[in-house]
Amino acid sequence: MLEAHQLSFHFASGSPLLTNISLRLAPGEWLGLSGDSGAGKSTLGKLLAGQLTPHHGSVTIDGSPLPKRGRRPVQRLPQSPELAVNPRWRVGKILTEAWTPPDTLMEAFGIEDEWLKRFPSALSGGELQRVCVLRALAPGVRYVVADEISTMLDPITQLTLWQTLKAHAERHQLSVIVISHDSALLNRLCHRRYHLADGRLGAALETP
Amino acid sequence: MLTIDRLTLQLPYYPRWWRREWTTCIESLSLHLQPGEVHAVVGTSGAGKSLLAYAIMGLLPQAARVAGELRFQGEDLTPARQRQLRGHQLALIPQSLNALDPLARSQHQVRWAAQRAGFGRSAAQQRADELLSRYQLSHASTHYPHELSGGMARRVLIAMAQGGDARLVIADEPSGGLDPNQRDRVLAALKAIALEGKAVMLITHDLRHALTIADRVSVIRQGQALETAPAQAFQGQGEQLMSCYARTLWQALPENAFSTQPRFARQEPAFA
Repeated sequence: MLEAHQLSFHFASGSPLLTNISLRLAPGEWLGLSGDSGAGKSTLGKLLAGQLTPHHGSVTIDGSPLPKRGRRPVQRLPQSPELAVNPRWRVGKILTEAWTPPDTLMEAFGIEDEWLKRFPSALSGGELQRVCVLRALAPGVRYVVADEISTMLDPITQLTLWQTLKAHAERHQLSVIVISHDSALLNRLCHRRYHLADGRLGAALETP
Repeated sequence: MLTIDRLTLQLPYYPRWWRREWTTCIESLSLHLQPGEVHAVVGTSGAGKSLLAYAIMGLLPQAARVAGELRFQGEDLTPARQRQLRGHQLALIPQSLNALDPLARSQHQVRWAAQRAGFGRSAAQQRADELLSRYQLSHASTHYPHELSGGMARRVLIAMAQGGDARLVIADEPSGGLDPNQRDRVLAALKAIALEGKAVMLITHDLRHALTIADRVSVIRQGQALETAPAQAFQGQGEQLMSCYARTLWQALPENAFSTQPRFARQEPAFA
């Protein structure tokens, strides 16, 4: 169980961005998060993944705080895969940075052996995004924050990515927080969804 | 207004130092744009959508091999004519916001675009003011690009494309990375340009939102135009669509079936 207890956060100069945010995510659960630009969706994602530290409140997993070092059990997938990889590394080195995915998963995510020799710039956005998703799914990762990962993909590529992630998540009891503007997508993917506005989470909405 | 007839475009690449091979990015593509319409060109990334825009504008790399015919207002679009019409009759709204000069205020960017299109300095200034107010940017006229939000910067680019009196406006992924509010404003601005009797080519992968303003939609896959359908054909199960791929694209949207036929999954071309 991933839990956020009354998180508050503000940037150095600004007014409070997030106030008193609490939520819990059970194993295997999919949770949607929507909100306008600048509402703090990505910031909340970073707090949950331990990439930022809240000014008040805490994030816990099964009651214990997020580990300070070692592999992070909550992985955040950013919107632009181009910015999340080292452009000087070949795809093979990028993919095996944290773990070596088995061939079955490589096939499930549609990653071809021939890509591994290329540099990231020679892959399309959808291809590189799949590499980044698979990179994050090392054993020990139980929660994934998907921050607008399919915004710049065409409908078919987007669908394939979600189907693959959904199948993997079901097999491994992975929980996923989907951050997106697209409410139709959230309704399709998630069990519950929240709307973030004025630094607060609204009531949980059941998705149809 | 614009007729593209069996356009084929090849770009070179070098698998070894001294060996040159050609990759076909656009293959025998035909399109016809009419005045007063928004014509959406929809396809996956790497389908050759942006290259199509560059081919019309004459902005391809020199090494590119182009075959086929481009005609604009009944006359052949030769490189010399492209150079002459670019910024006057033909305008491109580029995909990247980096196209803005980072050291110039919005009003200067738009004024310079008008000056390049042949207006005198004071007439250009007047035109820039008029365009900025049309796109609700008057308050941002002295802002530099880094002070603009994504949607505002996009509208500055749209205003610049209107600096001359362009008859054809090509918008390359104008709604990428914008929140729903900003995206709707940008799309409405493009629709307004078409309603003035100009032709707008909307290049995007975002089929759903393209449909909100488009009159016709051409579906492109791996450099080939599979079909051109009226926007109304995208409804229900997509029975009115001719190509299987267009139907699959429509069905893949989260509001629709959110499912796909396996034969179309993961068939992206090797070169992005």
